[in-house]
Amino acid sequence: MTGRRTGRLAMTNGARMATLLVLFCLLVVAAMSATAIGTVTMPFSRIAAAIFQFDGSRDHLLIMTIRLPRVIAAVLAGGALAVAGAIMQAVTNNPLASPDLVGINAGAAFAVVTVMTLFGEGVGDIYVWFSFVGAAIAALVVYALGSLGSVGHSPLGLVLAGVIVGTFLTSLTTAMLIFDQSTLDAVRLWTAGSVTGRTMAQARTVVPFIVVGLVAALLLGRHLTTLSLGADASRSLGQNPVVWRGASVAIVILLAGGAVALAGPIGFVGLVVPHIVRMCIGVDYRWVIPFAALGGALLVVIADMVGRLVFGSQSFPVGVTIALVGAPFFLHLARTRLKGET
Amino acid sequence: MTTDKTTRFGKIEGKGVHIAYGKRRIVENLDLAIPERRFTALIGPNGSGKSTILRTFAALMKPSGGNLLLDGRDLTKLSTREVARKVGVLLQGPVAPEGLTVADLVRQGRYPHQQLFGRWSAHDQEACEEALMLTGTTDLSDRALDSLSGGQRQRAWIAMTLAQQGEALLLDEPTTYLDLEHQIELMKLIKMLVAKHGKTAVAVLHDINQAARFAEHIVILKDGRITAAGEPETVISAETIFTVFNVKTMVIRDPVAGTPLCVPL
Repeated sequence: MTGRRTGRLAMTNGARMATLLVLFCLLVVAAMSATAIGTVTMPFSRIAAAIFQFDGSRDHLLIMTIRLPRVIAAVLAGGALAVAGAIMQAVTNNPLASPDLVGINAGAAFAVVTVMTLFGEGVGDIYVWFSFVGAAIAALVVYALGSLGSVGHSPLGLVLAGVIVGTFLTSLTTAMLIFDQSTLDAVRLWTAGSVTGRTMAQARTVVPFIVVGLVAALLLGRHLTTLSLGADASRSLGQNPVVWRGASVAIVILLAGGAVALAGPIGFVGLVVPHIVRMCIGVDYRWVIPFAALGGALLVVIADMVGRLVFGSQSFPVGVTIALVGAPFFLHLARTRLKGET
Repeated sequence: MTTDKTTRFGKIEGKGVHIAYGKRRIVENLDLAIPERRFTALIGPNGSGKSTILRTFAALMKPSGGNLLLDGRDLTKLSTREVARKVGVLLQGPVAPEGLTVADLVRQGRYPHQQLFGRWSAHDQEACEEALMLTGTTDLSDRALDSLSGGQRQRAWIAMTLAQQGEALLLDEPTTYLDLEHQIELMKLIKMLVAKHGKTAVAVLHDINQAARFAEHIVILKDGRITAAGEPETVISAETIFTVFNVKTMVIRDPVAGTPLCVPL
């Protein structure tokens, strides 16, 4: 046997800890840089001053109401989506799974579009709540449907139910948008996945969900590895797969629901980041979760910053930047994996 | 390898057990006692219910009726954790996520012994190292499961069940898809675990001659009923094989081991 992964040595826990610290420092630097860069470049000292000694000046206002909320939204959404993706891939034992699979994005989009159609765009920060609730309801319906019938409580049941509910809701959303031009204009940016124009109030709304979700995900780590061996093996090891799969989906709702509410459906983060993490540090989910959280946050912060620089527009949606990098990367991944299989 | 408990050896006993998939009855009124600290083979044609019985004895399925006892206690009333501390299970074609290492897999065997958010103990570590050593997978422990050969992979999964430190080991067709060398190697491993480490092993096997050669107790099943059960010498006869498998054979003595050997006519 001379497979590609044959000789790989598992990273020691010390090395993992050190890498995690390096990632954290990188994230801090990236977040500061993303706040500094824009139409006017701000020195780090001014950013620190705006945060700790806010004086109401134009620059401080710019930092606190426009730049920082944007970066915070990127950190939260990126970390949450990557962790949610890692959980979904473990639960379904499907490397292609992502949070959208349980209908999170379709549910959120449907709720946002419905609210905007009914009440106009003037709903302000409240739409974040509707988005979250829409995502949660869709995911719960998917989970309930997936638990019924002969495929009950199997990953396949979950995937099938997710596809059905997702497609159904997306069709309804599209129908509404066809008949309502003004809503289409308003949600266009949101549906691409964007952190432009986020407010502190919006970030504050989803922070509790994402923080609770992240802490729960960290505690879930060990159980996820066992769950990823499949329902029979999990039960034979004394785990109740139904309970833990339910807990996992609940955490995914908190994380992905929060992320989508804040930044719209940013694709690829939940798919690609867990992959890279597992390739680098292995499949032990006690480590995959923290790495995915930092990696996802770092990816979205950098992608948003690079998108703004390269495309010269402050409102360029980060979802598009990530798709531009993510799609070719994923294609490469799929192709090299397939070659390695034979 | 395990503890010095004197009375509990992973004795599994079914009395009047009924097993059904929905309304379809697979097994009716089965009385089957698995002798403790012995190697038992379940054989029978496809659809004879042998895998279903194994799954039920592993508490992965609930019997629709009858009594199922594990060391004298009602198996269906035990928690999955309690069962997992006594019984290790290797099912057919287990799947592990891509990139999972042998060490990662074996560590999962400690799941039933760990508290909800408990820490990894020195004893957990010892159990894993012993499991790796017994199965000869210590040198493979950092390798990804998907980079191993079929035989190595099966040994890694068995190492996981050994890390559970239960008294009983239930294996569903552990040698299927393995080449002859690895089949023999695996059978010897199971036999060694029973002889030297006091395990109670139950394996569903396809090869009658392998069962006769390595197992100490054979249960022959047809249509969810036991046709014959006992030592290979008493159970394997041309008549039984014809009744169960509908194949005419001549039973001779294995020139090497002296066990019964079926030769199709």
